Amino acid sequence: MSADTTSAIGPVEGARRYDVDNPAPLIEAPRKRTGKTPRSTRGNFEMAAWLFMRLSGVVLVVLVIGHLLIQLVLDGGVSKIGFAFVAGRWASPFWQTWDLLMLWLAMLHGANGLRTVINDYAERPNTRLWLKGLLYTATVFTILLGTLVIFTFDPNIR
Amino acid sequence: MATPVMDKAEAVAKAASPYITVTFRIRRFNPEVSAEAEWQDFQIEIDPKERVLDGLHKIKWDVDGSLTFRRSCAHGICGSDAMRINGKNRLACKTLIKDINPEKPITVEAIKGLTVLKDLVVDMEPFFQAYRDVMPFLITKGNEPTRERLQSAEDRERFDDTTKCILCAACTSSCPVFWNDGQYFGPAAIVNAHRFIFDSRDEAGEQRLEILNDKDGVWRCRTTFNCTDACPRGIEVTKAIQEVKRALITRRF
Repeated sequence: MSADTTSAIGPVEGARRYDVDNPAPLIEAPRKRTGKTPRSTRGNFEMAAWLFMRLSGVVLVVLVIGHLLIQLVLDGGVSKIGFAFVAGRWASPFWQTWDLLMLWLAMLHGANGLRTVINDYAERPNTRLWLKGLLYTATVFTILLGTLVIFTFDPNIR
Repeated sequence: MATPVMDKAEAVAKAASPYITVTFRIRRFNPEVSAEAEWQDFQIEIDPKERVLDGLHKIKWDVDGSLTFRRSCAHGICGSDAMRINGKNRLACKTLIKDINPEKPITVEAIKGLTVLKDLVVDMEPFFQAYRDVMPFLITKGNEPTRERLQSAEDRERFDDTTKCILCAACTSSCPVFWNDGQYFGPAAIVNAHRFIFDSRDEAGEQRLEILNDKDGVWRCRTTFNCTDACPRGIEVTKAIQEVKRALITRRF
């Protein structure tokens, strides 16, 4: 037995099965990044979407509350709104930018929220596909139509 | 006047008896008998100061030996007996009968989101797979130091809350996102990743953050706080998840 004290492998384990020509199988750590694993997901879409929700939410609070105050509360309230009022506001690039920003942020914010709801609750891939298709179509349509109206608004229409 | 005295003694004995009758409404499932789960009522005499687990023991030992549930230490440390009691995830060994209104039937069912094998026993494998995937062990580079790895009290305090986890699955099985999509890592796995990500001795925080940056990682958390409410160890689970999200955004850019 004294001869064996130098080796960590005791006699119970028998002859060594692994040597330089026959190395032990390599066991990889779970989820270790290897050549086969996809590239780093740094800055992945889910994270961008999550961050967008927080940032756009903060901006929307200012935009929407300001919008509601101007349209419904201050200076005569809702009764003052008419074609002339809208035409007057959209003559200024400031209000054009305000409304454009509000349109884009609100639509993308809402669409992304609904996307997560669909991801959470629609179980079958087909249902997901159709619901998301409908959602994206409606979002793109509304954003494009709204943008078109803001940019091509003509106060002397008719 | 022998009779009144006896009556009185009897009445005293009755008043002194701590036992009350409690109905346990247990969701039974036995795949060898029926594919359907059904509720079964058991009426037992129990001291309200006893725990739900004692009630289950009384049923299993004295009434119906086929009742199946997990428990090991029975003192809130091993994390085996998480179950849904009166609609809330708790440990049966830490829930006193008097605290959950014994006048009404006490409903006991298996935790949700995991496959029920029999009665209150679920298949924990998906839960532990998510746990293994975040690599819940110390990873360092270089040679092993000859002394212990020292750490300041402040550095230890940073992740103190998440070291309390006993892997009972009460949080993960209370999460509505996990109920719907078992691919989500779940609160427990994120808590155990948090424990190492914020450990100053560990060097694989980046790798763990990368894993949790996955499509089914922390971004699926909807901040419903079900996990914080369910945790029998009082871990602020949702806060831990938020800290991982913050680390993903602030640490890397």
